[in-house]
Amino acid sequence: MAEALKVPTMAEYMAEGKKPEVLFWVGCAGSFDDRAKKITKAFVKLLHEAGVDFAVLGTEESCTGDPAKRAGNEFLFQMQAATNIEVLNGYEIEKVVTACPHCFNTIKNEYPALGGNYEVMHHTQFLKALLNEGKLKVEGGKFKGKRITFHDPCYLGRANGEYEAPRDLLRKLEVELVEMRKCKSNGLCCGAGGGQMFKEPEPGNKDVNIERTEQAMEVKPEVIAAGCPFCNTMMTDGVKGKNKEDSVEVMDVAELIANAHDL
Amino acid sequence: MQIISQVLFLIALVVGIGFFIRNIRRLLRNIKLGKEVDRSDNKGERFAKMARIAFGQSKMVKKPVSGFLHVIVYVGFIIINIEVLEIIIDGLFGTHRVLSFMGGFYNVLIASFEVLALLVLIGVIVFWIRRNILNIYRFLSRELKGWPKNDANYILYFEMVLMVLFLVMNATDYQLQLNGAPHYASEAGITGSFPVSQFLLPIFEGMSNATLIIIERAAWWLHILGILFFLNYLYYSKHLHILLAFPNVYLSKLQPQGEMNNLQAVTDEVKLMMDPDADPFAAPAEEEEGAEPDKFGASDVFDLNQVQLLNSYTCTECGRCTAECPANQTGKKLSPRKIMMDTRDRLEEVGEIINTKGKYEDNGKQLLDDFILREELWACTTCNACVEACPVGIDPLSIILDMRRYLVMEESAAPNELAIAMTNIENNGAPWPYNQQDRLNWAKEN
Repeated sequence: MAEALKVPTMAEYMAEGKKPEVLFWVGCAGSFDDRAKKITKAFVKLLHEAGVDFAVLGTEESCTGDPAKRAGNEFLFQMQAATNIEVLNGYEIEKVVTACPHCFNTIKNEYPALGGNYEVMHHTQFLKALLNEGKLKVEGGKFKGKRITFHDPCYLGRANGEYEAPRDLLRKLEVELVEMRKCKSNGLCCGAGGGQMFKEPEPGNKDVNIERTEQAMEVKPEVIAAGCPFCNTMMTDGVKGKNKEDSVEVMDVAELIANAHDL
Repeated sequence: MQIISQVLFLIALVVGIGFFIRNIRRLLRNIKLGKEVDRSDNKGERFAKMARIAFGQSKMVKKPVSGFLHVIVYVGFIIINIEVLEIIIDGLFGTHRVLSFMGGFYNVLIASFEVLALLVLIGVIVFWIRRNILNIYRFLSRELKGWPKNDANYILYFEMVLMVLFLVMNATDYQLQLNGAPHYASEAGITGSFPVSQFLLPIFEGMSNATLIIIERAAWWLHILGILFFLNYLYYSKHLHILLAFPNVYLSKLQPQGEMNNLQAVTDEVKLMMDPDADPFAAPAEEEEGAEPDKFGASDVFDLNQVQLLNSYTCTECGRCTAECPANQTGKKLSPRKIMMDTRDRLEEVGEIINTKGKYEDNGKQLLDDFILREELWACTTCNACVEACPVGIDPLSIILDMRRYLVMEESAAPNELAIAMTNIENNGAPWPYNQQDRLNWAKEN
């Protein structure tokens, strides 16, 4: 891909006196992590494909405070929340979409009490809505018939009860969707939540991501689909740890849709 | 003779129930050591949740084998208690099967008690086998060694004995009725229907009425005394869930599981810091002077809220939380069940001090370190699997989070790598050391 993606910012919209339909909250992983950046770009391509009028905060975005809060630093979390809410309210944001379930959960559930009230959607929910509205076409493509299992992100699934949006999208790709022994409300964590992403695990006999990868391998998938940049990292590491990276791919649902249609 | 037994029965009943009330009072007093929390909202939704999860056992049956057996024991327990009502009336007034005036319906009742008693007996035996013979992961944890394991078995033995006594009581009663023994037999025919205990008759057939009466009375007395003892054993065991599951589910969190409470004390401070009009040199408001500033997070049971403390008494140590915990499954020290057991054990320790000394005096211990280790707290991924797994709405994660809050905000004792991630968030708005000004660089990269 030669040309750079067109990614409008809120500041640019503001300068033109316009307001986008939705703010794409990219998140720290989506902005800085090399693997997660690919998810961000895939999602942006889908937004363009569907003709969605969106913008990002760009350099005005900051960590939601999720890892700080769950590590016990309520103070830092609320400082982050207050700053972000000030920015979001300044732009009169009404609708937010994000590809990170942690940002999704925090902005949706924990910002309202601090003065930040927005309609917040996970990107799989947003893509499903685009599909239902007929703005985005998702059917078949190069993953048709492939054996794919979906790993539920804790902060999308158990935390917010969304199990079907990502699965509905995968079904539209006409993949062979197989479920792990532990899925949906019983899904096993990838091991990254609660600040674990940023620290070494406590002493034990195995890493959580290895355990989860083994559960995924039991159903012999060609692709492990994820809906969270942190799960993606953990599962990718797990697959590498099992020396299976040549036969099993870990991909975000947005990447699967974008790639299926060679976007 | 008859009047003596009636008086003895009354004494047993008063002592048994009186002691139980004393224990319940202590329990409530201990729970009130926690911080108040307002759960008086959404009564309809709370009631519906209680009906579904506590009364309807909807989460129990997610594990089909133990769930099904538990439903049997639960239904048996509730239904057979109707029989206890009759026993109490008979005991107080010296009557024989006082409810038999209901006629055909009474026979149906007694028959169903008998069938349930048999099913409960079978269920409890299978529970014992699961606990002691089959190697089931959640019954092998470290925290179950010693008293908790014995406690669980005592309860099972107790239920077995109670059910056997119930059936022996009915069988001998039936035999006495067949023999036409005075007080037992009625001209109207056989009182009650005994589909299960009739199979015990061959044991008692040849015995004299006097012997049968002794066995019947012994079984009757042991059964009711056993129930009164069991009622009082509850407080000292893990078995309080039979009472507390209901209020516990009613008071459980209704918000999405991912939503964790915002600390109001922190919100107030942040607001003050961000307020351009705030005077940093302002003297504290008068009523605040001398008052101790709010402690952030929890290092002891006093810092937890009353629902969290109720959670700890409600836990029956089934370990479904621990079996689902990703940290526990991969060999880390964290066990959500242990978090609940530790909270309860510390609360009980505090309660004992209050019992003996009239008020709490520092015994040099606290929940953190003396019961729950830092290593356990830092192993949590906050995935909510434990909360989801609990059949009675216990939230171990909220205690873990409150204790992490204490560690981080009062002691600055986060693991080093986490402290670095937090410093990064503070300095450059991301957990990694990337400049906020580079946040949109991805859009320009290929």
